[in-house]
Amino acid sequence: MVDIRSGAGETIPLAEVEDVELYHPKSWWTKYVFSQDAKIIAIQYSTTAIAIGMVALVLSWLMRLQLGFPGYFDFIDADHYYQFITMHGMIMVIYLLTALFLGGFGNYLIPLMVGARDMVFPYANMLSYWIYLLAVLVLVAGFFVPGGPTGAGWTLYPPQSILSGTPGGKDWGILLMLSSLILFIIGFTMGGLNYVVTVLQGRARGMTLMRMPLTIWGIFTATIMALLAFPALFVAAVMMLFDRLLGTSFFMPAIVEMGEQLKQGGGSPILFQHLFWFFGHPEVYIVALPAFGIVSDLISTHARKNIFGYRMMVWAIVIIAALSFIVWAHHMYVSGMNPQFGFFFATTTLIIAVPTAIKVYNWVLTLWRGDIHLSLPMLFALAFIVTFVNGGLTGLFLGNVVVDVPLSDTMFVVAHFHMVMGVAPILVIFGAIYHWYPKVTGRMLNEAMGQIHFWVTFLGAYAIFFPMHYLGLLGIPRRYHDLGDATFVPDSAHTLNAFISVMALTVGAAQLLFLFNLVWSIWKGRDAGGNPWRATTLEWQTPQTPPAHGNWGKELPVVYRWAYDYSVPGAAEDFIPQNHPGLGVPTRETGS
Amino acid sequence: MSVMLVFLAGIAAIIIWWMAQQRLTSRPWLEVGHVGQPGGGEQSQIPPAKIGLYVFLAVVGALFSLFISAYLMRVGTPDWWSTPLPRLLWLNTATLIVSSATMHWAKTEAQRGRGDTMRTALLAALATAILFLTGQIFAWRELTEAGYVLADNPANSFFYVITGMHGLHIVGGLVALGRTMTKAWSGPITNSLRLSVDLCALYWHFMLAVWLILFALFAGWANDFADLCRQLLT
Ligand code: HEM
Ligand SMILES: [Cu+2]
Repeated sequence: MVDIRSGAGETIPLAEVEDVELYHPKSWWTKYVFSQDAKIIAIQYSTTAIAIGMVALVLSWLMRLQLGFPGYFDFIDADHYYQFITMHGMIMVIYLLTALFLGGFGNYLIPLMVGARDMVFPYANMLSYWIYLLAVLVLVAGFFVPGGPTGAGWTLYPPQSILSGTPGGKDWGILLMLSSLILFIIGFTMGGLNYVVTVLQGRARGMTLMRMPLTIWGIFTATIMALLAFPALFVAAVMMLFDRLLGTSFFMPAIVEMGEQLKQGGGSPILFQHLFWFFGHPEVYIVALPAFGIVSDLISTHARKNIFGYRMMVWAIVIIAALSFIVWAHHMYVSGMNPQFGFFFATTTLIIAVPTAIKVYNWVLTLWRGDIHLSLPMLFALAFIVTFVNGGLTGLFLGNVVVDVPLSDTMFVVAHFHMVMGVAPILVIFGAIYHWYPKVTGRMLNEAMGQIHFWVTFLGAYAIFFPMHYLGLLGIPRRYHDLGDATFVPDSAHTLNAFISVMALTVGAAQLLFLFNLVWSIWKGRDAGGNPWRATTLEWQTPQTPPAHGNWGKELPVVYRWAYDYSVPGAAEDFIPQNHPGLGVPTRETGS
Repeated sequence: MSVMLVFLAGIAAIIIWWMAQQRLTSRPWLEVGHVGQPGGGEQSQIPPAKIGLYVFLAVVGALFSLFISAYLMRVGTPDWWSTPLPRLLWLNTATLIVSSATMHWAKTEAQRGRGDTMRTALLAALATAILFLTGQIFAWRELTEAGYVLADNPANSFFYVITGMHGLHIVGGLVALGRTMTKAWSGPITNSLRLSVDLCALYWHFMLAVWLILFALFAGWANDFADLCRQLLT
């Protein structure tokens, strides 16, 4: 029935994979700054993403200060509030999460985990980072130009985003935002080609697709999605630049601005919404799929158990990716579209819940009777599951047209998306950093600081976002700078808002501790050795830690087994690395 | 968004076809020790650069599909007056076809190892591609002089933006072609040169195909085609 291809006694000739020519840096500059080594590029991507993420974090404090204590901070007027919202949202989603998962983790992990020496097009890979950095600088420049950054909301809906009523609409703000997005997309495409082709062509011998760790599956699939979805944002940004600069009317309907009839007219704001959400919804999964993959590996490694239903996990990733391209209009239920379409999109949206639920079950079943080590990566992985389920459930509410219409644009939506695509992926990022930091630096992150960071972040995030559901049900709208004296808002809501703000500052402070830990441990951390978590995947089997240029010694690794041989009965240790030939006994049969 | 969905369906078909050959139903936990053939039949023998180009063409295809989708969603609104097609575009189309053909010629010559004719062919391809771009600029001038300026009408706006975007992609192709040509002039035909010529040819054919679709779109044949489909369906 099943063919067990045991190769215990087979001798396998080595090094039949032809070696790629490696680029060898000649000077300090090309080694550490304009480096073509994916590991250095990964670190550059990650530090830039975290740095700009800190800006977004500070912006969230400012917003919370205003919402919690309206009237105390006069420098946060309505215009500033909108600018903070916009920059916070855009930075978090694109410049932090997308860049960190794909540019950061993708660059570091893909070559190491599939057993390659480097990415296939190192030069394009380097360009990718520098263009990303340029995009970030253009974005930040928005804070320093006259009129400040754009305040159009991260969705940048025209016509308001390019009118004078919106901060930055007729100044530099929106121009810089759109240019920065265009640059980001160009840079990402260069990196993305690398990630895809390296997975396709750079794998070590024996690393079949179905032996790849789920982390790689997640990043790989997300990259393909991003390559196909980002062009929609590109098209929207280009056309909006024309509308704003050259007076075309792609998106601009006939409008009277400040008592003056504009020359433009006839354009379709809905067209923009279609383009934007055609990118925007897949974007959620571009962030989620790498998180799914990484969490699977963290759970398996730290519970010393093979992942439950590996094949189903792979298929679920692929199916989610495919489906997420045909649900975009669920963001447009209130835009007045044909109700038939609403029904179609509501259905596809709910169907996505099925593969997603399967993944959650499989994680839980992997944990079931596992030898769970409550290490920091495991804690973050568990916190992710809880948070993701929570946010997913409110998503089921919002996916239904009838429920969504009254809740649209309330704090309920803010709570929902922060749970699923804010907090949940960030928790995975933290878990992943605690997990792979020892490989990157050779030292462990400090455990005590890590524990404080975890508990404050996890409980704090709940304290921030849980009460927001309630505020949303009360009908408190999102994107409001000041509630004023609206009668439907009870006093308790104001107290709650103040509480949320205090918690937001606390959680923010914990992130500073985390950053301190990252720097401190480079010198003071405990020595990690090559494989501190006793993990099976290839990146832990490198001859040096941190891995040297070229990753592997003279010979490329050969892969003999899948990535999840933990606690194999009869094995000498409770894990068998993927490049370990011995012991032909298969792992016990698992659900498929 | 219909055109984009059709395009995606095409990509999905390719991905499914590819995945069908990848033994996605295998049970990896039972296949310990088995390493397979070198490359394993899992990795194709196609050089990475070529696969990279295929993936890139998918991205470019998505970009133009989205532009076309946007065009079709905007076309026919009350403020829409079709832009007349400048005659010159026919000539430009012919030039681009010639350019593509000469690229193909260069490719076959490179494979046969005939350096001199290959270099001639590359030169011809470069010249015709530049001629095409110049022709496009003249077509723009003709339109603006006749009063069809960018912002007056959405049809004009789409025409300029989309042809401009196509032109930019041709310019990008010229950069790649330039690099290939420096390689071609500086030594004998190597495998890597052969590959570069091959990739340039592929890109040229693709951009020609994109142009033909765009041309049909601007000429209004797309509407006729859509009407025909609608009639067939009802
Ligand atoms: C400590 C963590 C965070 C806090 C305290 C926070 C707080 C806020 C606040 C107060 C708003 C504005 C709500 C409104 O008035 O409408 C907001 C909006 C938003 N946040 Fe966060 N946030 C945090 C983390 C994140 C993360 C990690 C993401 C990543 C996905 C994110 C994405 C967004 C988005 C997309 C918006 C909507 C912007 C818009 O309406 O245009 N946030 N956040
Ligand atoms: Cu969505």
